[in-house]
Amino acid sequence: MFMKKIVLAGGFALMSSTAYAACAVNEGRVNIVGNEFPAIQTVARNAASCATDTLEVKANLTADHQKINVAGMTGNPAEYTSAIVANSSIVALINEDVIRPLDDLVAKFGQNLQRNQLVTIDGQVMAIAFMANAQHLVYRADILAEAGIEPPTTYEEMLAGAEKIRDMGLLEYPLGGPYAAGWNLAQEFNNMYLGMGGEFFEPGSAAPTINNEQGIAALEMMKALSEYMNPDYLTHDSNGTSAEYKAGNIAMMHMWGSRIEPLRDLEGSSPEVVENTAIAGPMTVAGGSIPATTLWWDGWTVAKNISDTDAEATFVALMAGIDPSILNEENAREAVWLIEGYEPTEAAKGVFAAASMGTKPYPMVPYQGLLHSALGAELSDFMQGKEDAATALADVEAAYTAAAKEQGFLR
Amino acid sequence: MKHKTFFWFILPTALAMLLFIALPIVSVVMQSLYTPHEQVLRVVENCGPFGCTQETTIDAEATQALRAEQPLGQFAGLDIYLDRGHLATTEVAEAWRTREGLGDFMGALGNLPFYRAMGFTLTYTFTVTPLLIILGFMIALGVNSLHRHLKGLVIFFSLLPMIVTPLIGSLILFWMIDSRGIIGTSLQWLFDDPDLSLKASTGLTWVTLIVYGVWHSAPFAFVVFYAGLQTLPKDMLESAMIDGASRWEQVRYVIIPHLMPLVTFVALIQLMDNFRVFEPIVGFNAAAHATSLSWIIFNDLGGETRLLSSAATTSVLTIIGVSILLSPVLVRTWRDFNTKV
Repeated sequence: MFMKKIVLAGGFALMSSTAYAACAVNEGRVNIVGNEFPAIQTVARNAASCATDTLEVKANLTADHQKINVAGMTGNPAEYTSAIVANSSIVALINEDVIRPLDDLVAKFGQNLQRNQLVTIDGQVMAIAFMANAQHLVYRADILAEAGIEPPTTYEEMLAGAEKIRDMGLLEYPLGGPYAAGWNLAQEFNNMYLGMGGEFFEPGSAAPTINNEQGIAALEMMKALSEYMNPDYLTHDSNGTSAEYKAGNIAMMHMWGSRIEPLRDLEGSSPEVVENTAIAGPMTVAGGSIPATTLWWDGWTVAKNISDTDAEATFVALMAGIDPSILNEENAREAVWLIEGYEPTEAAKGVFAAASMGTKPYPMVPYQGLLHSALGAELSDFMQGKEDAATALADVEAAYTAAAKEQGFLR
Repeated sequence: MKHKTFFWFILPTALAMLLFIALPIVSVVMQSLYTPHEQVLRVVENCGPFGCTQETTIDAEATQALRAEQPLGQFAGLDIYLDRGHLATTEVAEAWRTREGLGDFMGALGNLPFYRAMGFTLTYTFTVTPLLIILGFMIALGVNSLHRHLKGLVIFFSLLPMIVTPLIGSLILFWMIDSRGIIGTSLQWLFDDPDLSLKASTGLTWVTLIVYGVWHSAPFAFVVFYAGLQTLPKDMLESAMIDGASRWEQVRYVIIPHLMPLVTFVALIQLMDNFRVFEPIVGFNAAAHATSLSWIIFNDLGGETRLLSSAATTSVLTIIGVSILLSPVLVRTWRDFNTKV
């Protein structure tokens, strides 16, 4: 992993010599920290095209970015001049006050930005979003056709379909989803709970309100779905579930839009799976109208504790990273880009459906992360049948309350 | 040695120990006694790609002022130690009051993160340590009686589990024991049970982790015991043989007493290591079934919001745990040392 970064950084340095000076600034230091998936790699690679002898552009893209971005931006001057974040992870940066408002930079260099790319908090632009993401349905068209069922639009239909596929002996465990204990399981609960119409907190307070009918119904539905999943489902994250799908063992799964493209790759898969992979919008549950999923954006920020020169350089380089000219046939399929001129590809259908169905964005409240961690740690007991739903939710609230008290959100 | 010489001799070590052991411990203890400030919250309008919403956020200026006033945060005393995430005194007292039997009380304890972690950690430590000592000893005896041409090769292969990075080793095994992996499928075939899954049941996950722990650490015991066997005086064994001691009696009355100090040493190191069990839990994705104190620290630091005070408190509790665990062995070593002098 480390070697890869060095090679990547080296690659950026090499590119600097061939770069044409299209960037409005040519001095300063740019150092980007962010998650590692194809769309972000594309942004970082194109940001590096601004590099000159006096403008240094580096990037550290790693799945562990959340463990290092706050620490790397706290010092003065900050090591990282920019962090690429999502609507969940920007909260930690705002809580620690390590990113700067971008209004003046947007006015100066951001003419190409679209209105919906600006992420504002209390009227100040704090991040520039460049892609959207959501979980939605992925299914095997051939298996569904053989079983004579339509792609489900509700979780109830999904259960009925799974039952039919199992009865017909087509697949033993026809359903999938990233249900690994921890972050993933908690996220599936969040999805289902929002689909049930639940609220996480009392209005204007950090007091949790998940131990209610909707919470119990959400857990019962997750449990019912898990009966049709590979028994190891509590260890399957997005990667594990994708592998299981590619092996041809899953007929329907709830998966991230950003992970659809790799499913069309023949490696570790078969032509049968690749050709019959189809996607559809997210599902609703219990007669609700809001889908049981969440909307996400990925975007970049600029550190607070750096000189104005470095901040300008960072902003300009990242603007180059998301310039409309970066979109070519291959890049366009990596994500649902929020960049001007992006034409939605087939792979973007699910995320667009999620947005048009009124899906709620993942909440940006400062204590959501604590609840997410508590859910991740406490829900697996219920999924394994060791305790009932109400007890599990009471445990979540108790674990969350202890953490929120420690952090000063609750008295 | 003169006092002055001794002083200069020990100075670099003492400095390093102060810097890298004593100071971090002091810092961790301090951190565990303080918590972040009361958060100043306000409701603002947030807008983004998906529209605008009214959401709560932290008032950065007010927080800054509070931090400038008291950089360490609020003094919390032992609050964090006693909260639900750690010793959970209130919850334990409540469980004791409302218990319907000892089993019920233990069940309630197992539902609290600290006690659940201790349950697994102690089971792991006290099964893995003796098993790896026995296994390591048996391998050492076996290798020692091999023909000298074979020894090098066998030693190399016996050491392999220790050479593999723990996280990588557990990750490889993780995929092999998956119900669709080679070991998982073989077990299903062997027991004629297509639903058998090592990862889905708590008991089997514990067994897997314990087997992994023994597999990974036995080479350490083997190396130490094998080195010890080379120091065994030949004449002692020969005189035992002349006295008519069987192979078992030679092992029981000559070899084991000779290696006893090494057993203490291995037990000491391994008790400490196993108490801090961590990599296999992450590698096997086993957090749903088994947690340890180290895993709790990792989880506190790796969440969306870092819980520094909580992680520091668990660290202090780990240090206390290791000290308690090692005290019998240390006392014994101290006594041995005194009687020899």
